Amino acid sequence: MMIIDWISDICLLLGGILTLTGAVGLLRLPDFFTRLHAASVTETLAAMLLIIGIILDTGFTLDSAKLMLLILIMIIANPTITHALCRAAANGGNTPEMETGNPLQSSSQTVSQSSQDKQVQTETEISGKEPK
Amino acid sequence: MIAAAIVALLITLALTLIRAFMGPSIYDRILAVNSFGTKTVLLIVVGGHALGWFSYIDIALMYALVNFVGTLAVMRFFEQYNPRGEQL
Repeated sequence: MMIIDWISDICLLLGGILTLTGAVGLLRLPDFFTRLHAASVTETLAAMLLIIGIILDTGFTLDSAKLMLLILIMIIANPTITHALCRAAANGGNTPEMETGNPLQSSSQTVSQSSQDKQVQTETEISGKEPK
Repeated sequence: MIAAAIVALLITLALTLIRAFMGPSIYDRILAVNSFGTKTVLLIVVGGHALGWFSYIDIALMYALVNFVGTLAVMRFFEQYNPRGEQL
């Protein structure tokens, strides 16, 4: 039973530290999407760690089964909220702050450029093979 | 360690309320309120276990479900309607 108590204490301590880091990130980060990242990354893991610590402290009862149900609900609900909130903000005209333009556009341009280079390479290979 | 977790959750609630009051856009406020609700569920679970409340987990389950549905509803509302003309 001693080891279970230690594991419970470690889980509770890690959960508390993670909630604190999530709150500091929610307060300090510059952009909405970075704040969303800081809140969502810590939210699921901190909730899981805290509830697992309480489960290990209660033992094998009906309460621990209900707490597992609560973990299941949180695992399903929190990423859904994060995804829907990100999509709503993107639809509402909230764009992420970037140093160099839109990352999606630049990545697509580089992809198209690389594909064009491949086409040119294949053409040169074909033209090189043609004289033989 | 339960006391340390409760103190961390209370500090988290205070910082999240600061973000909810000074958030520049509506989505920041919605995010802060959703995070506040999740941390409230955790505080009910941890504090209820520490204080030995009776059937506290049912309240936490209820609060988690209401928080989920409420955040989705408010977000769908503000996705198309902007009453104060705030900068989104």
